[in-house]
Amino acid sequence: MTDMLADDQTQDHTDLFSKFDPLIQMRANLLDSGVEDPFGLVMERVVSPTVAICNGRETILLGTYNYMGMTFDPDVIEAGKQALEDFGSGTTGSRVLNGTYAGHRAVEQALCEFYAMDHAMVFSTGYQANLGIISTIAGKGDYIVLDIDSHASIWDGCKMGDAEVVPFKHNDIEAMEKRLRRIPAGTGKLVVLEGVYSMMGDIAPLKEMIAVAKRHGAMVLVDEAHSMGFIGPNGRGVAEEQGCLDDVDFVIGTFSKSVGTVGGFCVSNHPKFEIMRLVCRPYVFTASLPPSVVATAATSIRKLMHAGNKRAHLWENSRTLHKSLKDAGFQLGTESPQSAIISVIMPDLERGAAMWEALLHEGLYVNLARPPATPANMTLLRCSLCAEHSAEQVQQIIGMFERAGKTAGIL
Amino acid sequence: MDRAETSARIATLIEPFNKKGVAITDATRFTDDLEFDSLTVMDFVAAIEDEFDIIISMNAQAEIETYGQLVDAVVKLQG
Repeated sequence: MTDMLADDQTQDHTDLFSKFDPLIQMRANLLDSGVEDPFGLVMERVVSPTVAICNGRETILLGTYNYMGMTFDPDVIEAGKQALEDFGSGTTGSRVLNGTYAGHRAVEQALCEFYAMDHAMVFSTGYQANLGIISTIAGKGDYIVLDIDSHASIWDGCKMGDAEVVPFKHNDIEAMEKRLRRIPAGTGKLVVLEGVYSMMGDIAPLKEMIAVAKRHGAMVLVDEAHSMGFIGPNGRGVAEEQGCLDDVDFVIGTFSKSVGTVGGFCVSNHPKFEIMRLVCRPYVFTASLPPSVVATAATSIRKLMHAGNKRAHLWENSRTLHKSLKDAGFQLGTESPQSAIISVIMPDLERGAAMWEALLHEGLYVNLARPPATPANMTLLRCSLCAEHSAEQVQQIIGMFERAGKTAGIL
Repeated sequence: MDRAETSARIATLIEPFNKKGVAITDATRFTDDLEFDSLTVMDFVAAIEDEFDIIISMNAQAEIETYGQLVDAVVKLQG
């Protein structure tokens, strides 16, 4: 029992923001060193999928996840304009009430065809897709076994549900197997993996991991956000590339990378999948995507089914940049290029921020990634290539890295 | 395995993680006294899980702040 507060008394105020003081200090120290704010960049004008005017400078974009360069595709733009004209600017409603338009059904149909799966469910963001599916299917008494380097949306989905959460060391098949073996028989098990891990740009040994998961009776969810459109014979991702897509129960994906707009989805062959539309709270209790967004997504997805040349060029770009940066003496996240992400490892946050700024002054934008988002508390300069980067742009990028590396004292 | 024997085995496992050689009692706190960060926690938990062939889920870890609480949890998890 607490004492009653007298009418003329006031309790001491506790500032709920005090917990952020260490981060506020760290940010202040960084900016005091005179570096341009890495988390306050404004794109004043976007010229193309690969060029924008950032903080007043013309800048090559190498940190946008716009892998297939669909954001300015004429057919995609036209579909968006038409939907905006025909269906208005927004749905103002949940998918299960007034928020399902013809376009939402059409984009789900496009996803079913893209992945050759029976069911597709579109969420308002990729974050919500992971949040919703994971928290809904793994409930009290069930176990979620997941890679320790999983994306924040996966962790948040675990936290929102009531399942027991059991992480294992990144891409470690044996560590995963041991944990699955220790879970009591007859318990519900969900293994959560990613095709491409976006911090280092490495891929998972899905074929082996999924085989182990299935042997232990687990269901498998794979997040293929960073592989759609250019990994696998049909661009369905790392599981398709490794020949194990049929054993994946749920594929999670996003419209905000290769598709070039915003939104998230889950595709599945589970016979009862449609019930998710009624029980998944991050799907039900939010407004659906605007008609223009689903129209651009559907058009983009259908074009990605036939994008062989763009895929080949994207891989060429990834191989060229990886080899040149490695030859120049940079430390990279992977020994060989495994995806369209190339991660350059920085010695610490200060020099990482200095290198980031030097690149920006050269006219190149990359992502500065820092703890706690990064594995092993690393500071990374993360580069994501685009199929629309020309071979000349890639050569320019390499020159910029070499000069900035010397300016910032990394090389 | 009784509590004393469990505690003795955990004491051996914690040594490589106890970089500052902090004297360990049941009241020793992992974050505040031993200064374990999230990566150290992961490796340490994995070492204990393998030694005792158990799972200490994240949910269970959230309830464990001290060495004594860990020993109790491991005793319980062994059944």
